[in-house]
Amino acid sequence: MIDWIAIFSNAAQELISPTTAAYALAALGLAIHFGYTGLLNFGQAGFMALGAYGYAISILSFGFPVWAAVLVGIGASVVFALILGIPTLRLRADYLAIVTIAAAEILRLVFTTNTFDALTGSASGLQGYKQGFADLNPIPSGTYGFGPFTYNAYDWWIRIVGWTLVVVLALITWLIMRSPWGRVIKGIREDEDAVRALGKNVYSYKMQSLILGGVYGTLAGMIFVLPRAVVPANYQTSLTFFIYAILLLGGAATILGPVIGSMIFWVLLSFFSGFVARAVEAGWLPFMSQVQAGQLRFILVGVAIMLIVIFRPQGIFGNKKELAFVK
Amino acid sequence: MSSDSTPTSKPVKTTGLHVGDAGPGCRKVDPILVADGVTRTFGGLTAVDVEHVEVPRGAITALIGPNGAGKTTFFNLLTGFDKPDSGRWQFDGRSLAHVPAYRVARMGLIRTFQLTKALGLLTVLDNMKLGAKGQTGENLFRSVLPFLWRKQEDEIEAKALEILARFKLDTKKDDYAASLSGGQRKLLEMARALMSDPTLVMLDEPMAGVNPALTQSLLDHILDLKSQGMTVLFVEHDMHMVRHIADWVIVMAEGRIVAEGDPHSVMQDQAVIDAYLGAHHDTDLGTTDTGHVEVLKELIDDEQ
Repeated sequence: MIDWIAIFSNAAQELISPTTAAYALAALGLAIHFGYTGLLNFGQAGFMALGAYGYAISILSFGFPVWAAVLVGIGASVVFALILGIPTLRLRADYLAIVTIAAAEILRLVFTTNTFDALTGSASGLQGYKQGFADLNPIPSGTYGFGPFTYNAYDWWIRIVGWTLVVVLALITWLIMRSPWGRVIKGIREDEDAVRALGKNVYSYKMQSLILGGVYGTLAGMIFVLPRAVVPANYQTSLTFFIYAILLLGGAATILGPVIGSMIFWVLLSFFSGFVARAVEAGWLPFMSQVQAGQLRFILVGVAIMLIVIFRPQGIFGNKKELAFVK
Repeated sequence: MSSDSTPTSKPVKTTGLHVGDAGPGCRKVDPILVADGVTRTFGGLTAVDVEHVEVPRGAITALIGPNGAGKTTFFNLLTGFDKPDSGRWQFDGRSLAHVPAYRVARMGLIRTFQLTKALGLLTVLDNMKLGAKGQTGENLFRSVLPFLWRKQEDEIEAKALEILARFKLDTKKDDYAASLSGGQRKLLEMARALMSDPTLVMLDEPMAGVNPALTQSLLDHILDLKSQGMTVLFVEHDMHMVRHIADWVIVMAEGRIVAEGDPHSVMQDQAVIDAYLGAHHDTDLGTTDTGHVEVLKELIDDEQ
């Protein structure tokens, strides 16, 4: 018999999990890049890795306080955005795509290699950097919540910080996108030569957008590693594609889209994997092993992305008229 | 362009623009734009090789020439969208050499494009507002604080609505620019250029793809620019329009300036007729040019 309650309560937990918040933040950054500015950034995983490693290395190797570690991560991603942007933002959009995808892989391999083992922990990664963050927790220790949402004080603290960050950055994004700055950015998405002919420094605006969205990705990387360890294998290109999936699911040029998209993505992913695993266990899918069942959920995600792009290219919240794909 | 689009009212022509004899590179009484030795090559092809040219202030100047004469390349060079191999050129006494396109625009030299660049997924009103110069809210850090730019935004909006009304696009202000017709987009692009109060407006084929019903309105708007004290330089193939509104005509062929003068004398110039207009310039090419007919037949055969 299948334990439906466990499946649903596991799925429900994903609604407010810190991982969902981290993906929402990264997708929000990508919405600035891709949805609003039209920059094809395929290296969001690289920005997230910089956040994760910047934070962890600052604390573990240099003993920085939390705020300084956060600043180090942000600084690293600003430098990374400059390195990516200076040579490519003058060129056509697809060059940025190629450079970002390669640069993110280079970063991941540098973090994986044994050469810097003392600093990065190579393939096994880093852990033990959570004390500083836990010390800031004002919640008295204990267990709180109801139903599936019952966590200890540290777990609540991560969720509160993560989702507060999501709300604050979503508000900031909303504010800037309805300002004249956002108008220039959207104009660049439509036709950068036209915007240039109106006296706007297009290069500078694209750089600002790349840096801003990258910093969102970096903050996402920090939230991402708070409930787990820093492992280089987490920052593969597939991470970027999951974030693109979330963005397209919610709507590329929207504020709520990336946030709600991230929730839907993780709830569905958890539901599918829980259901398939238990269905195999119960003998409903005799042609499948448990290992295959674990992979099936990603196949289902792929199918879901294709269906979205074909039947609802604007995403859930998107306005079909305001969309980078439809030209 | 059919002759029914030829306007009936006579615009007032500005005369006495040049010093000495009218000819290629002749001096102007009050030039707004001066180019010297501007060359641009693409591989072995010399697209532009302009020795000296001056564009008169406060007048409408037409830049004409056969396809491939280098008109659009010359436009791109002047506005910073392309970099020349050599040459000096100045606008209003300030050098434009190695000045990026956006700075050229800020100096007051605004251009439009041959293929209209309306920003499709922005509303018509947003397209207009984007054209305004020196907006406080276009700074990333100030953009999050609406009280810093709200007042300026309201002024820009009022100005945009006023210009839109003049171009009869005010009823479309909340529509996406993508929903406009080709002619309306040309109007929008011109209207948007006016948002920055330019001193020189450069129009690249303003009439291309515009239906005859809108032609008259576009022509009136261009004449209107002059009456408001702006200088206009435009590229055009429609000879009716050139003759009707241009005060001065510069003819390019194979990258060089081959003739200059007022529209009527330029069109009598034998060099221009030979180089560009051909013997049939006053007849409808569509019916008499047998070469075209044969090419069309071949194309039709190919498709079948």
